[in-house]
Amino acid sequence: MEKHSSSLLVTKGGRYILLSFVTILGFTIAILANRLFPQIADVVIEPYPVGKLFVIDINELYNLVLLGLILLYVVQAVYSYPDEDRRRMFLSRAPFRFAAGAVLAVWDVLGTKLLLLPQPFFPGPARILEAFLAEGDYVLENTLYSLRLFASGFFLGVAAGVGTGILIGWFPKIYYWVYPVLKITGVIPAVAWMPFALTLLPTPFAAATFLIVICAWFPIASTTAQGIASTPKVLFEAARTLGAKTSFLMFRVAIPHAMPQIFTGISIANAFAFTTLVMAEMMGQPGGLGYYINASKVWSAYYKVLAAIVVMAILFSLILWVVGLIQSRVLRWQRGLVKQ
Amino acid sequence: MAKGVGQTVNTKTVLEIKNVNRVYTDANESTIEALKGVSLDVAEGEFLAIIGESGCGKTTLLRLIAGLDDPDAGEIRLSGERITGTDPGRGYVFQQNSLFPWMTVEKNIASGLIARGVYDREKQEVPEYIRLVGLDGFEQSYPHQISGGMAQRVAIVRALINKPKVLLLDEPLGALDAFTRADLQDKLLELWQKERATMILVTHDVDEAIYLADRIVIMTPRPGKISEIIPVNLGRPRDRGTVDFLDLRRIILGKLHLANARPEPEYVL
Repeated sequence: MEKHSSSLLVTKGGRYILLSFVTILGFTIAILANRLFPQIADVVIEPYPVGKLFVIDINELYNLVLLGLILLYVVQAVYSYPDEDRRRMFLSRAPFRFAAGAVLAVWDVLGTKLLLLPQPFFPGPARILEAFLAEGDYVLENTLYSLRLFASGFFLGVAAGVGTGILIGWFPKIYYWVYPVLKITGVIPAVAWMPFALTLLPTPFAAATFLIVICAWFPIASTTAQGIASTPKVLFEAARTLGAKTSFLMFRVAIPHAMPQIFTGISIANAFAFTTLVMAEMMGQPGGLGYYINASKVWSAYYKVLAAIVVMAILFSLILWVVGLIQSRVLRWQRGLVKQ
Repeated sequence: MAKGVGQTVNTKTVLEIKNVNRVYTDANESTIEALKGVSLDVAEGEFLAIIGESGCGKTTLLRLIAGLDDPDAGEIRLSGERITGTDPGRGYVFQQNSLFPWMTVEKNIASGLIARGVYDREKQEVPEYIRLVGLDGFEQSYPHQISGGMAQRVAIVRALINKPKVLLLDEPLGALDAFTRADLQDKLLELWQKERATMILVTHDVDEAIYLADRIVIMTPRPGKISEIIPVNLGRPRDRGTVDFLDLRRIILGKLHLANARPEPEYVL
């Protein structure tokens, strides 16, 4: 978090505009490569109707997506300009974004124009977008299925984990009887219970929800319990001399103290839950991105597999981002107290 | 010497400690007599200091009065009522790190009102107490963002907002630097005179005890007991440089030295 104040790192004026240009230069090259490089390999580029008015092919969609990215970064560059920290942040990402655009350009030329990459495993970036053009509704349907499954499993898992964690951390008796069970069963990957879940629960959705719940439950319960149990005694004593009853000690002392650990548990559980979600979907769900990958693999439609992976990357990043926002809001009292 | 400003001549006993014993068992199964046969009466509105080397049971005694710990024998009565458990009528200020890190200064000070369920009725008191200790402008700061001296001001008014009959101060200024400490000693006196609470201060600083207290209780360890009670008959405000002050300091240091019966006294100044 050190701040550079040397004049070598001026982030204003002409230098800022120049580096902002570098940010979008990579994507511009990617568009030019797609537009100008001749289509040497024999690949059919089909036009798809979008709505009733437009007809678009994958190259046009690819260019639109890149153009969208460029616009996004231009807006961000303008938005970041008034604030020095934001400017610095924006510029620090310029080389990476340039490289990303350049990689897309090379991939496009090798994967679509020259077809030098082994097919059908490595389609060009534009080809991946074909999944959205050809069956966008179906991809969306599966994405929503995944999202619904994740939400129901994860929220229940967080609630169950925080609930049991508080009980374990608060009551020594419950700690004695439940914590060892938690420790042993916690190391078992949730998908190992799949055969039981699929047999014993009424619907595949319920079975997958159950698996996500238990995979989220264990890490959250154990970190919550640790957070509660490690509350400094002096804080309880201070609260008691101020007139606190049990509810205050629990909800205003122990649980706030455990909050950082609860969020540690939630981030661990998040990663577990993504894995469990996709594995469960690949092993017996009527929908979802994991199901979509499996179904596409059967037809060797690897561009669809890659499309599903791209959607997962975006979806899971968004979920992590939202959790991060909630975390920094809840733990704002820690700002400056811990190295972040 | 006449009693000074801010003191009501009052002999009404508010706190009675009768023959209190407290025994601990340590890790080696041997017993430690933290307190043995301790008896003490504290007058209403009095500022009492308890001094003694570490292990003499002064903090144990304070914790028993607070109700954070129970005596093995004897009893402690506040206004005639036997003490069982903690009560907001007996405020406690810890040496350090007792603020709730997730609450702002304002919320920490209000926490006693929240704990007692009277926050909605009495929240207008919070800004008054913030002003009283000069923390205006720091209402929304978190404890880690303020200095140690400010944190102790918060801890003191957090206990005072409950209007306790007795305020128990467990070396509240012990972790502060000399300048902040002198400043907060004056602040403590100001609060004592304004709130008219009985204050019991545990300290190992002889100057602090003489500067603040009406009476000084000297305790000795193994077993922890009261060896002597010395009245401080100096007018207020007190001057740390007067002959009377220095005389008293010499006397108390001598008694501590004798009481400890050690070749090297802890209180070399």
